[in-house]
Amino acid sequence: MADARISLPAGRLVRGEPFEVRVQIRHPMETGYRTDDMGKSIPRNVIRTLTCRYNGEPVFVVRMSSGVAANPYLRFFVTARASGELAFEWVDDAGVRGAERVGVTVG
Amino acid sequence: MRRGFALALGLWAAALGAQTRPISPAELRSGSTFAGADVRAMQQDDAANPGFLWVARGEVLWNAGAGSASRSCASCHGDARAAMRGVAARYPAFDASAGELLHLDARIDRCRVRHQQAASLPRESDDLLALSAYVAHQSRGMPIAVTIAGPARAAFDRGEAFYRQRHGQMNIACAQCHDANWGKRLYTETISQGHPTAFPAYRLEWQGVGSLQRRIRACLFGVRAQMPPPGAPDLTDVELYLAWRALGLPLEAPGVRR
Repeated sequence: MADARISLPAGRLVRGEPFEVRVQIRHPMETGYRTDDMGKSIPRNVIRTLTCRYNGEPVFVVRMSSGVAANPYLRFFVTARASGELAFEWVDDAGVRGAERVGVTVG
Repeated sequence: MRRGFALALGLWAAALGAQTRPISPAELRSGSTFAGADVRAMQQDDAANPGFLWVARGEVLWNAGAGSASRSCASCHGDARAAMRGVAARYPAFDASAGELLHLDARIDRCRVRHQQAASLPRESDDLLALSAYVAHQSRGMPIAVTIAGPARAAFDRGEAFYRQRHGQMNIACAQCHDANWGKRLYTETISQGHPTAFPAYRLEWQGVGSLQRRIRACLFGVRAQMPPPGAPDLTDVELYLAWRALGLPLEAPGVRR
């Protein structure tokens, strides 16, 4: 199941230059403040942490809370150093883990 | 005498075919032109458009075997990018084997049950929306081209009647907002022309993708009317009428709306 989409600039990246990484994850980001049709509280379930590793080294970590809307969309910059891969990992309040990876080619 | 009658019948049929639309083709505007710049930007950038999460999932489902026949959509239809191009622009359409008007979601589900022998997917379930978003996306940029001739005519007439009928405690017909007052303000919202081009669409209010029927139900809720259940023939009939009103407008699926 496609749970996340990662977008990198098209083509080869320039060594030493920053490039934009965009990631979008399918997740309800349930706030914990809502109730269902029967009035029962819906437990909070948000992505707690998302980590992006570039060839194994963490380059971006975010801790999210109930203030972030469903299907979070994040953009950040990483400096191109070497070809390899960006590996994303995240975990939500329910303990469900997700992972996605994408190859990086530095010219 | 008989020839005269046939001629009159022919003229009447021609007049029906040439029925003038409430909004002239030159004035037709997609719903996105009524949205704010931020919403439009989200739709225009495929990497930012959350609807593509459903499209991507739809592609996986398209190629995955399902049901006791263990067949995938692709086993019969092949590559959706070629096989499904332009299909969504023709829906809702009358289905001879079903004997009724079907909208895209119902057509996909029917295919699932009959040919894949898989369990029916509930209306508004993420899997069904993912498949219809994926199929509809193959027609992005193509003009709506539904037919209201032949067996679809009765459904079209019912759809038009529903559109012009006043509904709910507010006693408002669809036409009063979307034909007579589009472009004006309803609180903070600009009233759109009510075209179906974006659907299945990612609606920020829903924080997810929903069908056109869900959107029509939301409008009915807004005027405090009884809402037909998802998949009800009433809603499919209105869908056909809305598509005819928007003939020629390009599809945007998956669109982004507020």
